Amino acid sequence: MKMKPTRDGYGEGLLELGKTNPQVLVMDADLSKSTRTDWFMKEFPERFFDIGIAEQDMLGTAAGLALAGKIPFVTTYGVFVAGRAWDQIRTTIAYAELNVKIAGAHGGISVGPDGATHQALEEITLMRVLPNMTLVVPCDAVETKKATLALASLQGPAYLRFTREASPVFTSESDSFEIGKSITLKTGNDLTIIGCGPIVYEALMAAEELNKLGISARVINMHTIKPLDNGAIIQAALETGAIVTAEEHQVMGGLGGAVAETLVQNSPVPVEMIGIQDTFGESGTPEELAEKYGLTSKHIIEAARKVLKRKAAI
Amino acid sequence: MVFFSVDKLATICKDIRADILRMTEAAGSGHPGGSLSSVELMTVLYFNVLNHRPQELQWSERDRFILSKGHACPVVYAVMARSGYFPVEELLTLRKLGSRLQGHPNMKSLPGLESSSGSLGQGLSVANGLALAAKIDNRDYRVYCLMGDGELQEGQIWEAAMTAAHYKLDNVCALVDYNNLQIDGKVEDVKGIAPLKEKWLSFNWHVIEIDGHDLEQIEKAYAEAKLVKGKPSVIIARTIKGKGVSFMEDVAGWHGKAPNSEELKLALKEIYGQEGSTLEN
Repeated sequence: MKMKPTRDGYGEGLLELGKTNPQVLVMDADLSKSTRTDWFMKEFPERFFDIGIAEQDMLGTAAGLALAGKIPFVTTYGVFVAGRAWDQIRTTIAYAELNVKIAGAHGGISVGPDGATHQALEEITLMRVLPNMTLVVPCDAVETKKATLALASLQGPAYLRFTREASPVFTSESDSFEIGKSITLKTGNDLTIIGCGPIVYEALMAAEELNKLGISARVINMHTIKPLDNGAIIQAALETGAIVTAEEHQVMGGLGGAVAETLVQNSPVPVEMIGIQDTFGESGTPEELAEKYGLTSKHIIEAARKVLKRKAAI
Repeated sequence: MVFFSVDKLATICKDIRADILRMTEAAGSGHPGGSLSSVELMTVLYFNVLNHRPQELQWSERDRFILSKGHACPVVYAVMARSGYFPVEELLTLRKLGSRLQGHPNMKSLPGLESSSGSLGQGLSVANGLALAAKIDNRDYRVYCLMGDGELQEGQIWEAAMTAAHYKLDNVCALVDYNNLQIDGKVEDVKGIAPLKEKWLSFNWHVIEIDGHDLEQIEKAYAEAKLVKGKPSVIIARTIKGKGVSFMEDVAGWHGKAPNSEELKLALKEIYGQEGSTLEN
């Protein structure tokens, strides 16, 4: 399995946009090496702006650039952009529906040794509550590149969440990608695992193991959290009767919360949520943290068994 | 572009003041204090400085105005209406359900507004972005941004002050309505911002200090800012909150309170004296 960080997909996407779309500008807040915007900076220095360690100002400046017809991709760690600059995103950008693309790097606990302060676990919740916002959480580097290109063509504010660590590349260049349209990676009838981000690979591994036990699990890559593909969620509930959500993020208000909102209003079925359970992260290796915080395929299998028991008890 | 004489501008300022009071009275809420203090700054800007076409809102070469202190939108709505963006009668819809004139500016509802604002401290960054885009595209438009003095307590303003100087945005002209009052009292008592001129100077800005109610000084200041090359300019305008209405002047309580009908009558009498109201003019 080829391993590659999703942030590399973002860097590659920006490089392509640099060549194809002269209106695209890239901004960073002193983290250009880590977020991979330095690749764009080296090729297109006149279209790269390091705003320094001033995230709120970066978002406001991006708003002004967008008002003048530019397509700014503002980039820094998720904590500092979705959190610190949330009000700037809300009032200046989302309210006015400005064409600003926000890229939040270092999403999730897999950031590792830097610890809780740098492990963004709240961006999905913070962004999906904003009207006019589009929110994409791609599952691997290939999909991240596609998402980057797709967001440049989309009119309006958007947030792209990606991660630091190398993760399996399991989608291919030729797979179709459309914002707002989930991808069924595996068919199944007993339950459905709905995931976003690199943890979708763990969901696929879990589904394979479950298959050996005679359990048929559907796996959906819900790469777009907003607008959410409600049709696929409702269909999964009607056809499989049990759902497990999987995300490297707080389940509260995250993908888990979003899926639950859709289900309770349309087709309630038992749901189990894999993700961060109302706690901060800590320092450790990504593997240690995934184990401790319950984000591996093993944990998804346990959740599947649990949700199937609940389904059977209905 | 038609340029107005100082005498004519003074007459327009009276109408703008009357508009602010009438619209907030009709709304039963709003922010007259900081609107009245910036009447002269805004009137000169919209009538004699901005290179704009109220009938052609998307004209790409237009100068831009960003209202950072969004609560002062009554003065902006008034100068927009009086300079031809929309009918003056519409001012009386301020803050009402379905109105394009939201309690704080919404660019989506009122074409001609260049941004949405209301959460303080954000406008100068937006102005910088517009100015940076002009530099990238070699365009000549200028960007103006009105801030309150209390608003300067927001950290983002100073981030933006560094950005404008760093990128040598000489097409940015910031305006500070220095009336020295904020909701909780005198700015210097709540959290002092003095020495203000020195602060901006140390951030590498060109600083112009004026009496913000003196039309000639204001015109000169805008002209001076236009000539500055290689750095942004800020006009620090010493003003009086509630200017033009004796019982509102220099009283913090009039920051976010509308006059009642009696107070409106008294205020209009003060503004127009024996001439009477010219709102319909």
